Amino acid sequence: MISVEQFAKDADQWFAEHTPRDVGFMMPLTFMEVGTEQQFEFLRDWQRQVYEAGFLGAAWPSEYGGGGLTDAHQAAATKVMRKYEVPIMMNTIGLSWAGPLILDIGSEAHKQKYIKGILSAEDIWCQGFSEPENGSDLGNAQLRAVRDGDDYVLNGSKIWTTHGNFGKYMILLARTNPDAPNKYAGLSFILTPMDVAGVETRKIKKLTGEHGFTQTFFEDARIPADGLMGREGQGWKIAMQTLEYERGARGGQAGGYSITEPDPLEILNLARDTRQLNDPVVQDDLLDYIIDAQAVNLNQQRAKIGPLMRDNPAGLPLMDKLVKTEFAREINQYALTLQGTRGAYYVDEPNAFDKGLWHRSYLNAFSATIGGGTSQIQRNIIAEHVLGLPKSY
Amino acid sequence: MSFNPQALGRLGITEEQVELMDVAENFCRDKSDIATVRAQLEGVRGFRQDDWTAIADLGWLGIAIPEDFGGVGLTLAEVVPVVEQMGRRMMSLPFLSTTLVAQALLTGGTESQKAVYLPKIASGMVATLALSELNGAYDLNDITATAEKTSDGFKLSGQKILVQNLDAAELVLLSAKLDGKTSLFVFDANLIAASARRREKLIDETKRSYEVSLAGIVLPATCLMDADKTIVTLAHIDLCGNLLGSAELVGATQTCLDYTLEYLRTRKQFGKLIGAYQALKHPIVDAYIGYEKARSLLYAAAHSFDEQGKREVATRMAKVAAGRALSFAADRSIQFHGGFGFTYDCDAQLYRRRAIFHDSQYGDTRWQKKQLARLLFN
Repeated sequence: MISVEQFAKDADQWFAEHTPRDVGFMMPLTFMEVGTEQQFEFLRDWQRQVYEAGFLGAAWPSEYGGGGLTDAHQAAATKVMRKYEVPIMMNTIGLSWAGPLILDIGSEAHKQKYIKGILSAEDIWCQGFSEPENGSDLGNAQLRAVRDGDDYVLNGSKIWTTHGNFGKYMILLARTNPDAPNKYAGLSFILTPMDVAGVETRKIKKLTGEHGFTQTFFEDARIPADGLMGREGQGWKIAMQTLEYERGARGGQAGGYSITEPDPLEILNLARDTRQLNDPVVQDDLLDYIIDAQAVNLNQQRAKIGPLMRDNPAGLPLMDKLVKTEFAREINQYALTLQGTRGAYYVDEPNAFDKGLWHRSYLNAFSATIGGGTSQIQRNIIAEHVLGLPKSY
Repeated sequence: MSFNPQALGRLGITEEQVELMDVAENFCRDKSDIATVRAQLEGVRGFRQDDWTAIADLGWLGIAIPEDFGGVGLTLAEVVPVVEQMGRRMMSLPFLSTTLVAQALLTGGTESQKAVYLPKIASGMVATLALSELNGAYDLNDITATAEKTSDGFKLSGQKILVQNLDAAELVLLSAKLDGKTSLFVFDANLIAASARRREKLIDETKRSYEVSLAGIVLPATCLMDADKTIVTLAHIDLCGNLLGSAELVGATQTCLDYTLEYLRTRKQFGKLIGAYQALKHPIVDAYIGYEKARSLLYAAAHSFDEQGKREVATRMAKVAAGRALSFAADRSIQFHGGFGFTYDCDAQLYRRRAIFHDSQYGDTRWQKKQLARLLFN
């Protein structure tokens, strides 16, 4: 097996050579911001190139299309990607949630069928958890799946489907038993094809004015029942496992990265560009962000040091999503206050600072503080699962 | 301006840190339950001699003293988990001041001062610092006490405050202006007469301190420390004080949170456990997050403490985070205990008072940020 050092060296060389620059359109900073066909085609092609070069899914088993190497190899490659600030990976839901889940608990047939297409971005995945009437209360999902022979027949609607309009498959949380003893026990988790009759997606215009999510409608949509993960009634447990991948509390992801994390250095540059870096009032604010960013960075290092994790082993993993997404929202919000009169501008305005990126990032940051369990739900989870407090509802 | 997250400190842990953490966790838990802490509040000394003897026997006073001087030969990184556990149990021994004096001697003591005092400290001599003055300055150079050279020593004048555990101390490290320059002296505590001492009343009732009138005190000539090293020694005391202060704060925050959570899990109002109300639940989660962040910054500061380029930034960041963490957790602890929180019997006040005290020692949040701005933006 190639050494991690050599693999990292190879990755460094490849990304130095192949990372695209100045593509001529605004590059999405997160996988949730892919709004145009142009962005989609570009990022899909980019992911395929990275995969074919061997730097994506390096730790996934080779019999299904992975690289057959170790997590350390992939971590080294991902680190190089961050170093070169390469474009994000398009098929994040497949790479980070659906893929690891299928590898963990899927059948042999699932693995053969889905894993390679996830890595190559040939098969784009989307997620069907939230419903228009059930956002934070995910356990109350009502989309109905009725077993009919070798099929399920789906009726209902999902919302905030990232990549819904590009998706070939969906990880779907559906109600197979409306009469179960409690709301959670009636749910099932199904790998669902999107290109069947009765499935329709409608784009949602985000607060930024752009697209990136859809609402998905199911009307007597007939899908093969072999997409069921686990058994009927295990949907809630499997969905929670999926959210652990999403929150970074569980490993196994294919690698790469899907969200450009805010770097305090950039806000220092902005403060300098706006001639406010020497203002003690601004410095006072900036220090709070630097200290906070450093704490977030160190939390990640500490999560790997067993003796420093003894008292609350689940604490740092479970707070990761809350802490990072709230930090991103706050630092982007703060950036707007540094722009003076030019804070009035928005994306596409030539007079805007950094092409209006900060404004767009601030508004988009809410997708992460609301999606995947709102920050308020995250606090409930930490309170109940780490601090042992009683449930609130 | 240079800014690079890698330059701000990184995390790691040594086997010795883990061993000391284990021993200290058990020792402090066994020796310092909250009833014992409260029993000391009104005592004159504020700590039990037996506990002091025990930690001397465990070798804790010599952890960061080289073997040549009778110590264990480790570093301050290994002292951090010990202080964290002491803070966790609100165990108030004169450990910080004694450790700081040893550090000061190692940095700026003469060879004979090191040879005489360090082995004694390692085996249990209490030492303390007389640096602060009534001007309230955090800057250790901002002093007016003077030392005047005489034929056979130094005549002191002026006043020092916040001299901790002076009644128990055998050794004192003092700063005074000598020919207009800040200088450090180390001497036998008996040279300070009883009439020159006044016990002060502190916000943190687990601690003890004294005001000292220097008029009339004459020090032997051998008490002067290395004059060329005064600046670096004071800077070292400042950073060590902040590092160990952060450790005590982080430990106390953990217990403050545990104490508050216990109440939220058992107290009922309106027919529900109050911990089920999100108005209490969410702020306590924020307090917990503040604690975990501070602990990461603390152990990064400990790990970076031997690296000249990183340690000041890492330490000051840790102090900011630790001070804020305990202040917030304890402030909310008082509030969330409701009427009981307003009583002396509720432990929340102990933790809130502890945080206020640490703001007074080696700089509060604003002071640390001022230093960080100097380090990072200039």
